[in-house]
Amino acid sequence: MGMTLTEKLLSNKYGKKVKQGDYILLEVDVALANDITAPIAIEEFYKTGLKRVYSSDQIVIVPDHFVPNKDIRSAMQVKMIREFAREQGVEKFFELGRMGIEHVLLPEQGIVKSGDIVVGADSHTCTYGALGAFATGVGSTDIAGVYMMGKAWFKVPDSIDVYIEGSFKEYVSGKDFILKLISILGVSGANYKSLEFRGPGVKNISMDSRFTISNMAIEAGGKTGIFPIDEITLEYEKSRSVVVEKLSPDEDANFIRQININLDEIEPQVAIPFLPSNSKDVSEVEKDRVKIDQVVIGSCTNGRMEDLRAAASIFKGNKIDKNVRCIIIPGSQEVYKQAIKEGLFDIFVDAQCAVSTPTCGPCLGGHMGVLADGEVAISTTNRNFVGRMGHTGSKVYLASPVVAAASGIKGYISNPENL
Amino acid sequence: MEIKGKVFVFGDDVNTDEIIPARYLYTHDPEELAKYCMEDARPGFGKREDIRGGIIVAGENFGCGSSREHAPISIKAAGISCVIAKSFARIFLRNCINIGLPIIEIKDISGFKEEDIVRVDFNEGIMENEKTGKKYEFKSYPDFMKEIILSGGWINYAKNLVKGEKDG
Ligand code: SF4
Repeated sequence: MGMTLTEKLLSNKYGKKVKQGDYILLEVDVALANDITAPIAIEEFYKTGLKRVYSSDQIVIVPDHFVPNKDIRSAMQVKMIREFAREQGVEKFFELGRMGIEHVLLPEQGIVKSGDIVVGADSHTCTYGALGAFATGVGSTDIAGVYMMGKAWFKVPDSIDVYIEGSFKEYVSGKDFILKLISILGVSGANYKSLEFRGPGVKNISMDSRFTISNMAIEAGGKTGIFPIDEITLEYEKSRSVVVEKLSPDEDANFIRQININLDEIEPQVAIPFLPSNSKDVSEVEKDRVKIDQVVIGSCTNGRMEDLRAAASIFKGNKIDKNVRCIIIPGSQEVYKQAIKEGLFDIFVDAQCAVSTPTCGPCLGGHMGVLADGEVAISTTNRNFVGRMGHTGSKVYLASPVVAAASGIKGYISNPENL
Repeated sequence: MEIKGKVFVFGDDVNTDEIIPARYLYTHDPEELAKYCMEDARPGFGKREDIRGGIIVAGENFGCGSSREHAPISIKAAGISCVIAKSFARIFLRNCINIGLPIIEIKDISGFKEEDIVRVDFNEGIMENEKTGKKYEFKSYPDFMKEIILSGGWINYAKNLVKGEKDG
């Protein structure tokens, strides 16, 4: 019996062959936490009486959720983690002005690499599966455990084979693919499991779209969503001076389920409230003339260059509807700068969008774009739960940057094709 | 170990934004978080006196969404003694094991009404709805998880490991 990519990645680090169902204690390459989850990990660590972390090299801390600090209490939380980082010599602590949304920042800075084992006290840590890393969300206590001994516990998960053929049509991207897949799996269809993407269509999916896809594996309950390490990965890694080798699952690996998806058949998707699995073709939703109050383009799902370029291509020469406000949030300082360089800010500002510094902001209803009772948003983020972006009486529709932008121009949820 | 308590019934896919909404995540103080436990699923729940010692009974995929440990912390601090569900989202389950909030997975969980009284016997792997007399069996945790629970959570387990490495 061959091995899944998940088994291979874990076995490589463990130093001997592991199989599905095994419990293992494993040294991790990266332990990530943010301004919400790091404080608990730090307190737990100090409660043990230990003075020094196992290795400050493994530790990454990114204040991004309530940053720039929205109030005194969130400022206190960031102050606490900043002091911890200084005391423990954590160099990978990213301040405002040098930061980005954690899952945009880490690959971009070469902190997470193909083949790495990554845990993060943030559910979207699975994003790094795009690079062929084994990356999964854990809790703050798990991170405290890494601070203590460099290790975390894992159950080697079963894998679902997502076999991809074809290539995307115009106006279709990674977001539509993953929304479609989640609608097939349901919000718990991949619970405790690894999604593994493979097949001839994989080479037609860009690195930024891969990040978007792996990012939302958790919305189907997935432990991780992993792409093979192929030409596209090597190319991306080379641009950051990282050298890796190709790796993919064996043909006869033990998958517990197979799902076939042809990229040619995917239409732009919209996930209607209140679950990410409620997705429909945009042409269908368009008929309902769903009026919107706010557009959000950004987040760890869709805050990268490909996303901003796609949004700008729609906004160019257009203006946001007079009843709509639009917030654009580049995912990192580097994305921010590149967008300026390419003239995208001009397009956004001319279209009357507000452009923000990198932050999670409205994605989790934290700040900078919180919704009032009865308001409706279309957003490129990853969750449309009740109250996710603000008042429990508000609603969030999830979509790709082009669908969100087109909807902003029309004032209701629209197909970019009909613009 | 045995627990007895009043039941509070919730549905499927209760997510962590409902368990503890992000607008309260400016703090990680358990007492404060307890006040807003289940706030967006049932407003005011965390402030009720009668939930102390109670048991949450829910459907599929309880605790889906974010990794915030604030969710099980708020439930534990609110005095809920155990969560029973058809299934749990992975990170939520992990967090419960790590912080020592007892949870039980039972596939057939039908026949529970709000405020029924349930008795859970962890040693025998049996729980009983004392209102209806219906009994349910559940599987105990895998050995590795049991060890974590018996050590009193992940931090204690890790402490023993760190100590062991130094001693060895
Ligand atoms: S952008 Fe949203 S989903 Fe991503 S890390 Fe921030 S809050 Fe979480």
